This record gives sequence, structure tokens and C-alpha cells, in this order.
Amino acid sequence: MHIDKKYRRAVNIEPNMCWECYSCVKACPQNAIDARGYADFAPLGHSVRVRREEEKGTISWRIKFRDGREKSFVSPITTQPWGEKIPRLAEFAVPDEAALESQLLCHEPDALNIEAGLPTIDKSKFKQGVYY
Amino acid sequence: MGFKTVFEDCDILVVGGGMGGTGAAYEARYWGRDLKIVVAEKANIDRSGAVAQGLYAINCYMGMQWDENQPEDHVRYARNDLMGMVREDLAYDMARHVDSTVHKFEEWGLPLMRDPETGRYQREGKWQIMIHGESYKPIVAEAARKSADKIYNRIMVTHLLMDESQPNRIGGAVGFNVRTGDFHVFRAKAVIVGAGGASHIFKPRSVGEGMGRTWYAPWSSASAYALPIQVGAKMTQMENRIVLCRFKDGYGPVGAYFLHLKTYTQNAYGEEYESKWYEHTKNLVGEYIDHHPTPTCLRNHAFIEEMKAGRGPIHMVTKEAFQDPHKEVIGWENFLGMTVGQAVVWASQDIDPKYINPELTTSEPYVMGSHATCSGAWASGPVDVSPDEYYWGYNRMMTVDGLFGAGDALGGTAHAFSSGSFTEGRLAAKAAVRFIRDHDKDPVKVSESQYEQLKTTVYKPLENYQIGRNEIVGGTVSPSYLLPIHGLQRLEKIMDEYAGGISNNYMTNEPLLARGLQLLHTLHEDLDQIGAEDLHQLQRAWELRHRAIASESVVRHTLFREETRWPGYYYRGDHMKLDDDNWHVLTLSRRDPESGEWTMEKAPVYHIVD
Ligand SMILES: Cc1cc2nc3c(=O)[nH]c(=O)nc-3n(C[C@H](O)[C@H](O)[C@H](O)COP(=O)(O)OP(=O)(O)OC[C@H]3O[C@@H](n4cnc5c(N)ncnc54)[C@H](O)[C@@H]3O)c2cc1C
Ligand code: SF4
Ligand code: SF4
Repeated sequence: MHIDKKYRRAVNIEPNMCWECYSCVKACPQNAIDARGYADFAPLGHSVRVRREEEKGTISWRIKFRDGREKSFVSPITTQPWGEKIPRLAEFAVPDEAALESQLLCHEPDALNIEAGLPTIDKSKFKQGVYY
Repeated sequence: MGFKTVFEDCDILVVGGGMGGTGAAYEARYWGRDLKIVVAEKANIDRSGAVAQGLYAINCYMGMQWDENQPEDHVRYARNDLMGMVREDLAYDMARHVDSTVHKFEEWGLPLMRDPETGRYQREGKWQIMIHGESYKPIVAEAARKSADKIYNRIMVTHLLMDESQPNRIGGAVGFNVRTGDFHVFRAKAVIVGAGGASHIFKPRSVGEGMGRTWYAPWSSASAYALPIQVGAKMTQMENRIVLCRFKDGYGPVGAYFLHLKTYTQNAYGEEYESKWYEHTKNLVGEYIDHHPTPTCLRNHAFIEEMKAGRGPIHMVTKEAFQDPHKEVIGWENFLGMTVGQAVVWASQDIDPKYINPELTTSEPYVMGSHATCSGAWASGPVDVSPDEYYWGYNRMMTVDGLFGAGDALGGTAHAFSSGSFTEGRLAAKAAVRFIRDHDKDPVKVSESQYEQLKTTVYKPLENYQIGRNEIVGGTVSPSYLLPIHGLQRLEKIMDEYAGGISNNYMTNEPLLARGLQLLHTLHEDLDQIGAEDLHQLQRAWELRHRAIASESVVRHTLFREETRWPGYYYRGDHMKLDDDNWHVLTLSRRDPESGEWTMEKAPVYHIVD
């Protein structure tokens, strides 16, 4: 999406490279962007509209068929106050240098929720060649 | 061209802030507290990459905490689906860590559905868990934003830089800002490429206004392959392109329909057709057809043969499942959460799956490393589970020192999907920190002449246009330049007709591939004459260049592998059978950056689990 210099409105400058992902539609605070299906295969007269609300943590859709039938759906987009539970790792205790040599990633092994620790494999069992 | 040059000196540069790139930025911060971590992304990380629309499932989760699957099971599954050919060490390594990634996503607020009876994550199939994932990407982007020192949005990375004090050592990357035009020089001690897969290298089924409605995102422009290839990194399994069986025109995914809604397919006459092709397929691939689950390519094969036999269209039988209101809601939300375009197609054509069984299609081929295929860069595995041939010091490091990859960028690691790609980013980042610690005595040296030369190259299409434009009155036809869209359509046509695209029913052979290479060669020459009217087209020009480089690699690999390993993805008409005696191997290629010559070799397949 770019701003048309003459009309000072947003336009899709290259519709044939649009994925119809609706990211622009969801992002516009004025709900000013509408979309229709591609001319190649989508007959006119339909619409798919969306409203994404971070404060409410929901996304709502309204689908209108060419023949006028409608369907509506609402889904959650997050279970937490927006973004609050995402950590700043810079504030975590600094891992010791030896840990850099281990196979564990940050938060592991705890975050795996298993007793046995990170799995590994005995190299002497490797086989080469055709094998199912 | 009077564009400003902006410098950034950092320790770790992440190219592409998709699933792999955000995972890399996150993990790099944990281990590299004192390091400078920078992300360069051509769009905006909030909605960039294949997960822009969201996802309705996380397709890779072991569930080790409930003993649902172990990493060994994942290896067996990926190996089977890829007809024997995966890097089992990389697959195992991703699988043993992926659960910790998914548990973090849930903590961060990603809504994972739970089975009301067991309290466990709601399974869609054996590997997938269901999510309300419209905001999957903004959530992981926030994790990257809180971790990186700086995120540059709107920077299209065009080339990697090499260090000039040591051979075969990465030095950073260059690119330009697609809005301001500024030239950006990143000097970095380690680079992690997470620039996604490749759409639009084969001609898509829609070529008009809807040509962007491909299955993989139109912005997946093969940079993850072209950037490493340009500096001489080895690639693997580039012939292993993917063809998807999807809902027609919108490419809506079928996973939830098959697995959760229990819908099934039939031909135009209401007949089950897969079993009809059993003997035929067995004749091509032998006992692989008896494996469970049936490999994805072999199911495609039956679909393609049934269409060729004149019994299409193939339908997904939804009418039964959609009588259950709960299933109907899931069926629709599945698309709204990740492929809105499918809902648009059905609304426009008055297709309500409760009353009409929708059509399916097989897509044009794509090249990628994180889905049900494994094209990408040849990378080292981890020390504890990798055979010697697969290990050279740093996990997920390519054959260029200090150059790492994640997600679609890496070869051999099929079925990683979104969660696995993020996990690979984490693995690459930890290894990159270790690489920097081990090499802290050797500073990176990038000469001015290296990036100045690239600067001239990068803006050349703008100059071509300005000069060539004077030769014509108006319009798009010029004797001296091609526009990016022209070059793209030529590329797609070459790949489609010579390398096994839709118009040949995915068929190719040695003469076709050899001719395709000739045509690609002249396309490469013509790409020096691409004209870009503005910065937007300059981005398209570089995406095209990346696609063309990756395409050449695809053709060379396809030519090298003299068998049909994956019927349903592509066919070598001159070698129609799977040939385990000669080709139970991984294919490797390297393009010499000096001479432009390609060399091909075989690498052994190691089976690390029974
Ligand atoms: C329609 C569809 C459905 C899918 N369904 C599922 C699913 O249900 N479950 C699941 O788990 N997975 C699913 N996947 C797969 C998942 O999306 C991918 O596996 C994952 O996104 C790959 O991660 P990546 O980091 O390699 O690439 P991406 O996430 O695509 O990230 C690549 C990033 O690099 C950037 N970039 C590209 N080139 C450049 C450049 N030259 N310079 C700078 N930046 C650049 C892009 O803008 C993008 O941000 C689906 C994918 C698609 C397309
Ligand atoms: S729908 Fe997506 S691809 Fe199309 S213009 Fe909007 S943001 Fe771009
Ligand atoms: S109002 Fe919406 S469409 Fe207009 S510029 Fe702002 S975001 Fe874009």
C-alpha cells in the first residue's frame, strides 16, 4: 500500500502481487480499506470484512456471499494483555559461559516440561544407505 | 545515483524477520548479552513472511510432556514423507527442542486450543495442534523487538559481504531501504539468514490480477537461497520442490479438513480414486507406497493421474462434516485465520461447503525447506547427534564460516513448519554466539571497494530505466530494458515448460532441462538490463534476480538426480522410477562465486534412528 500523491489516499500499487492477506485491512485504524476477490476467478458482489481489536483480544469477520447470504465469526487473538507476557531477556540472569557449550536453549530444560532432560542419541547406532 | 550510505556495525545480523529470524533475534539476546544484534527485514516484522495472515495450527509439536511423540518419531515421519531423504540429525535436533518453543508461545499469549476432556493441546492430527493464530506473527515479532538492539524494517538485502582478511568467512550484508532508497551496509561477525522460501519461480495457475494469490506468499522471493549461493555456500536437495493439493483458486489448506473434520476426496463421479492408482504407483516407487502415512507426493500422484484420466474435478466431501455446526465454524475459521482468500473465493462463487463439495487442485511448484520438502543450504548439525560428514563445528552453520540459516533457508529439515523454523532460528543464534566468542580475536574486515561496487550494482536498474526511457515515447515496450514483471514472467515460463511445472503435468527430462538452462543463461544476461522506474520496482528487480539464481540451482539439481524420487512433485520422463541403488543420497551443489561454474556431488544419507 502506498499513498497516492494526488488524492492523498492509500492505494494498492500492485494488485497482481497482493496475497489478499488482509494485513493492511486489519491495520487501518479507520477501517478505510476494502478488498474484493481477484478478477481471474472471483465474481463480483461478495465481501469479506474484518475488525481486529487488540484491547478486546478478538478478531471479528463478516462474510457476504454473492447471493446475499451472510456468515459471521469471532475468534480470540491473544490470551494475555497485549504483549505484556513477552519477556525482555536482557533482564534475565546472565548464563555462565560453560552453558554455551551445552545443547540446551534458553529456558531449557525446564520449558520442555519433561523429567528426563533434553533427549540425545547414541552415535554408534547410525547407519548409512538405503534403509526404511 | 545519489543515495546515502548508512553503516551499521554489529555482531549478529539476522536477515529476514520471519519465524526463523524472530527466533534467532530472541535466542541471540539470551546468550549474547553484550553483543549487538540487528535484524534487517524487507517488510515490517509485525506481519512479514509466510505467517503474515496468521496460522490456525502449529504443525510441529512433539508433546513429549504427555508422551505423545518423541523426536525419533518425528525423524521417522519426516523421512517417510520425503521418500527416505532428510537430514535426520537436523530433524532430530529441531524436534527435541520444539516443545520448549511452543510452551513459550503459549505463555506469551498465543491462544492454543485445549482438548476439553484431556486438558492437553487440541490435536488436529498426530503432529499438529490447533490454535487461534491470527496474531501469531505480531506476538513473535514482539519477542524479537524486545530482544534485538535494532530492527530495520523495509530493508531489502541484496548481497552478503565477505570478510577480506580470511578466506570463506562472512563479513555482513548490503541492501537498500525500499522507501527512502538509502544504501545500507551491515558489517557483522555472524549472519543468520531467515529470508523464507520461494514462490513465483514456476508459473502460477492464475496469471492475471490474481497471480499474487499463490499458496506460498508472493514475497517469498528466494533470497534465502540466492544470498548464500552468491557467496559460494553449498546447497542441498534443491530439486525437491513441493506441489500442494489445496482448495481451488484460494489455496486454502486441507490439513484441518482431512485430519480434524474428517472430510475426504472423490472424483467428479463420486468415486474414491486413490486406491485405483496403487499398482501403478507401486511400479514406480516400490514399497514406499505401502508406508504409513502415505507420503504426500504419492497422494498428489494419484490426484494428478486421476485428473489426467479425465475424471476431474476432484472434490473434497464437506457436506457431511459441515452438518455439525462446530465443525462448520472450524472449517471457516481455519481459512480466516490463515488463508483469507479462500473464504473470498467461496463467498464470491456462492460455495457453502455445507451444501456444495468444493474443488481441489494441485498447485504450481514451490521451493522451500520448512514444509513437506527440504530444499536449502547445506548446514552443520549439532555435535552430539551428527555424523562426521554432517558436522563442522557450529550447529546450523552453512559451508561459509559465520553464515547460519533457519527455516526455509536450510536444506534437509522438512516438516519444521512455523514452530520448527522459530526453533531453528534459536539453534542458529546460540551457535552464532559461540562462533563469535571463539573468533573474538579476528576482527571482520570489509573494504570500501567491496561495498561501493555492490552499491553501483544495486542501483543499476534505476539507471537502466532512466537511460532507456529516453528512447521511447511511452508505454512499457523498450528496446533496451525489461521491466521486472517481464523478467518474472519469462522466468516462470521457462521453469514451467522446461523444469516440470503445471502445463506439463510436472514432467521434465534431460533435454528439456538442458534447454531450460540455456534459456536461464540468457535470462541472467538480460537481468543486467532490467529497468526499474522507482524504488518499488527496484525491489522487484532484486527479488527477480534472487528467484532466477535459485531457479538455476533447482534446474541443475533436477538434472543431476537421474530418477523420479518424488512422483507427484515432479517426474523425470527419462528416469521414471525411483532408484534406491544409485540415488538413495542427498544432492549437493556449489556455485563458484569467481567463475560462476557449478559443481554437483552426492552426500550420504545417514539414518540415526531405526
Ligand atoms: C498458506 C500457508 C500455510 C501454512 N500453514 C502452516 C500451519 O498451519 N502450521 C505451521 O506450523 N506452519 C504453516 N506454514 C509454514 C510456516 O509459515 C513456515 O514454515 C515458516 O513461516 C517458515 O519460516 P521462515 O522464517 O523460513 O520464513 P518466513 O516466516 O516466510 O520469513 C521470511 C522473512 O524474510 C523476509 N525477507 C525475505 N527476503 C528478504 C530480503 N532479501 N531481505 C530482507 N528480508 C527478507 C520476509 O519478508 C520474511 O519476513 C504455512 C505457510 C503458508 C504459506
Ligand atoms: S492484502 Fe496483504 S498483500 Fe494485499 S495489499 Fe494488503 S497487506 Fe499487501
Ligand atoms: S487511514 Fe487507513 S488506509 Fe488511510 S493511510 Fe491510514 S492506515 Fe492507510
